[in-house]
This record gives sequence, C-alpha cells and structure tokens, in this order.
Amino acid sequence: MTEPTDPGDDLAVTSRRRFLREGGALMGGAVLGGLAGSEVSAATENADNLPPNIPEWMKAPGDPMGSQLYGSPSPFEKGVIKNIPKNLPQYFSASGRTPLQDLDGIITPNGLFYERHHGGVPTIDPAQHRLMLHGLVDKPLIFTMDDLRRFPSQSRIHFLECSGNPVYTKPYGKTASDLVGLLSCAEWTGVSLKLVLQEAGLQPGAKWVVAEGADAAGLTRSVPIEKCLDDAMLVYSQNGERLRPQQGYPLRLLLPGFEGNMNVKWLRRLRVATEPTYSREETSKYTDLMPDGTAREFTFYMEAKSIITRPSGGQKLTTPGFHEISGIAWSGHGKISRVDVSVDDGKSWLQAELQEPVLTRALTRFRLPWHWDGQSAVIQSRATDETGYVQPTLAELLAVRGDNSFYHNNAIWPWRVAANGEVTNANA
Amino acid sequence: MRMREFCIVMLAAVAIVNTTLAQAQSRFGIGRPATPAEIAGWNIDIDRDGHNLRAGSGSVSHGREVFDQQCSACHGARGEGGVGDKLVGGQGTLATAKPVKTVGSFWPYAPTLFDYIRRAMPQNAPQSLSNEDVYAVSAYILNLNGLLPADATLDAKTLSAIKMPNRNMFVGDPRPDVKNPNCLTDCGGNK
Repeated sequence: MTEPTDPGDDLAVTSRRRFLREGGALMGGAVLGGLAGSEVSAATENADNLPPNIPEWMKAPGDPMGSQLYGSPSPFEKGVIKNIPKNLPQYFSASGRTPLQDLDGIITPNGLFYERHHGGVPTIDPAQHRLMLHGLVDKPLIFTMDDLRRFPSQSRIHFLECSGNPVYTKPYGKTASDLVGLLSCAEWTGVSLKLVLQEAGLQPGAKWVVAEGADAAGLTRSVPIEKCLDDAMLVYSQNGERLRPQQGYPLRLLLPGFEGNMNVKWLRRLRVATEPTYSREETSKYTDLMPDGTAREFTFYMEAKSIITRPSGGQKLTTPGFHEISGIAWSGHGKISRVDVSVDDGKSWLQAELQEPVLTRALTRFRLPWHWDGQSAVIQSRATDETGYVQPTLAELLAVRGDNSFYHNNAIWPWRVAANGEVTNANA
Repeated sequence: MRMREFCIVMLAAVAIVNTTLAQAQSRFGIGRPATPAEIAGWNIDIDRDGHNLRAGSGSVSHGREVFDQQCSACHGARGEGGVGDKLVGGQGTLATAKPVKTVGSFWPYAPTLFDYIRRAMPQNAPQSLSNEDVYAVSAYILNLNGLLPADATLDAKTLSAIKMPNRNMFVGDPRPDVKNPNCLTDCGGNK
C-alpha cells in the first residue's frame, strides 16, 4: 500500500500487483481479438502465466468476499470511463459522454450513462423531496417518494440522447463517444405519468405539462399532454437500482424518444397548462437555427440514427481477416426496422443482422461479418425505423438545415480504416 | 359441454380484465392536497405573456449596479460574454454564416428574462436576487441591447409589453425534412 499510483493498489494478492506493474500503463480494452484501442498499450505477456504454465492467479486465493461492498469493474478496465471534455470554462453546465466504443449490447452501465447538467448535480435527500402537481387539475397534489412508489410500477428499456449529439460544424470528434456519446440506454422503472395525472384529474384546456427540476438551474421544459398521456414515466430506478444523482435522483421525467433535456431530472413540479411556458431552454437554447434566420422550436423527437462502434475511431485492426462490424441504432419514433452497412465508401450496402430484442425507442445492436482485406476502406451504417424514415448523410442534412442549427444531427457517420488498420473519422 | 365450460372461463377472464381496467382508471388515493400557499411558493413559472410576474419594479440604473456585482464576472462588464453567455449584440446576424445568439438578437420573449434570472442566476447563488433586482437586471440587459431607454423602469406590466425583435422568427417542427434515397447498389458513395 505504499504505491498509491499502482492500479493494483487495492488488491491483496501481491502477485497481481506485480503483474499489473509489469503490464505497464494498462488502459481499458487492452487487446480485443485483433482490435486495439489507439490509447491502449497491450500488456507485456508474462510467459509464466501462459500455457503450458499455471497462471499465478490460480495458485493463491483471490480477494475475499466483501472486498467490494458495491462492485466496480476490473482494474484492467480502468480506462473505460466517461468522456469529459477538457478545458471547459466551467463544469456546472456541461456534459460527459458514454464511451460507446468500449461497450457491448444495448444497456449502458449506470456509472457510464451520459450526463448533461445545467446547474451541477444536486444532492437530494429523498425523504425531503416532493413532487408538486398543480395547474389545470381538479385536485392539486403533493407526493412523497414513498407515495410515488405506491403507484403501480412499470419497467421499460429506452434510450436517452442529448439533442446536440453532435453539432454540425467541425472539428468533428475522433471517436464514437466524441461524436454521439451523449447517448445511453437503460431499463427504467417508475410510474406511468398518465396514472399520476389522472390521480389529480385533468381539467379542460390541459394541453401542456410544464416540468421543473430541483437543481440550481430549476430547469423547465413544457411537454405536450399527448406525450404525457402516452408513454411518459416518472422514473425512480435505472437498471434495477435507484437513479444515480447524475440521472436525477430521486425522481426524473422520462419521455421516450424526446431530446434528452426534456427528461427533466430531480423532478419536483408538474404544472398542467394550456400553453407552453416558453422557458429559456425551449426558446433561446434548444431551438434549431435555420439558414434563413428562422429557428425551429419544440423539436422534440430524436430521429433515426446509427453508428458503428466497432471498429470505430481511435481503434486499430491489428490483422487482416475476419472482423465483426458492430454498432447501435435507435429512433425516437419507434423500432429500428433495418440497418444497412457499407464497407466500400457508400457505393453498396449490405443488410446487417439486428440483435433481439428490437425494442421501441431503445438502442438496437446490429452486426455484420466482414473480412478485411488489409486495404484502406470506409465503413458506415444507415438506420431505417418502422416509420420508413431513413437516416440521412451529413451532406443531405446540411443541404436542408445549413450548419448553424446545432441540434438534431442524426447523420450517417463514416469511419476510415487505413491500410495499417488505424480507424479515423472519415468526415474529419 | 366442454365448449360451454370454455365459454364460461372466457367470460370470467373478460370480467377480470374489465375489472382490472376499471380499477386502473380509478383513483388510488395517493398523495395529499397541495395548498395555495405551497403552490405559490414553488410556482415561479413566468410564461411569454408575463403571467405570474411578481410585484415590484427595477430600473436600468439599479440593474447596472446589480449586474456589476452579480453578473459581470461571467457575462462581461457590458454583457459581452465570458464564462457565461454573451447577452448583448448580434442583431442582424442570425441568417449569416456566423450567427450571434443573444438576448437582444435571439430571445423571443422579454418576460423569460425574469423567469430565467430569478430561477437560475447568478449561477453560484440562484434564487437569491430580490424581485426588484431581477426586474432591474432584466431592464439593464434590455437597455444594453438597445431595447429599453437608460431611464426606464420595468414592472410586470411594462416587461410583458416589450416586443423582442426576434419574436416572430420561431417556427414549428417540419421534420422529417431530409430524405435519404436509400440506395443499396451502384450508389454514388458518401459525399
């Protein structure tokens, strides 16, 4: 315990610590079957642990039960962390991205779920938290967290995506996380907002519900009543455990398919109204400026989108031959119906396999087997959702919206695989 | 006989489902009434027409004092921006290659100033300004943008009456607005 920078510092078994030291600067991912992250240095192989020898970790007991009362990833995965921009002027209104290129499947671990805050992360005692429901209701109500957990509950898997993911202008990011890492997916548990609204009784003229967070920004967004009576939820748990503070503990609004900031965290108030509140966030911020100087407001839905996460920017193919192309697709309008992948710079497209379950307004994992011939190639994916909408190219988007609109960029994003196997952003 | 039994079972099942639906639509008796005083204390929403604006008033000159003390460290001495958003200027730039979005050039509704400043500013101590200070800072920011005379004072009525220059430039969501021809073979490639 005298070497605080040793990644094996918390391990009891000395041999592990030696292995970690000899492994050098181990970062997340290490070597993944012919695919390496660019910032990953492979561990120096210790022949003593390789066949035909017996590895050290079989020759002594491992960590005892209770070494970690709340489990954390292997120290060898310490590089798989949130992607937080450096040198921001301030970090109270800022965002941190999910390392999409390091994850498998469709569920984002809670510790890696993307974050966007407008006034920091409040620390809220759930016993002191209240949800007020008022406005055009028969009976204004106040709920405790215990109250809300008494309602019939439901669990559903949905993605959340920040509306500015990514912006339309250069410099474009290097990795999948840089580009679209303000995207995550979880199983959410809570109560249908419709049930809670019915408890108070909606009055005629109820067209919008204004939601307010209990953070230092008092973040406020207006939600159409149709969404509130459809699939909106008041959520208290995420992936089986209570919400993390960064995700709105103890209570958040969930509006499946709607842009992230509308899913108000630390939810404390719902006001039923005839008109939207026209808050700063829904007028001067989350509106999309067009080339003619007009701005689109109330642009709620995140349109169909996909990205190849493996191989993707910052990774390296270490050998020609078989490589599975894998990525994620999603649509705020429903289920993904199809993903096509091109490995020849968009000249031809092949239908990828969709991993079940394919859920509405959730990430869908797609895969395509690929034999890389060792030549330079450009690979990309194109999602189609159940409405028939097809993910556009960046050029197609820019032709209509210009590059000042900032939000709702759902462009196809191509990766260039160089002859040496290095993968980079083909649009950069 | 079997068919009859089957029908009885099905009828019973339908009855159970109906009962369940009826219960789902009934009230659960969860939560307690919110009093008018509780609602008044928490409801700080100000809409675009200024509904729910508070009593009081504030002058441009007082707003300059408050701004210097509470706002200028982040937003610049005269709202030119810094750690915080640029608040002043940019009118006429929105349709250019380098749009400058500020209160003066982009914000459609003046009462939103009161709503946002009151709830979220200053960032290190939100909801600490008095209503008078919020009116005053709103007035000063509008003055810096050439939208209010230097000797003006704002209250609920006068703030609500201000027409912002960009008020009529917001449009609805026309998406889907971009169509990909969805080519599969012999495509032009990514351009």
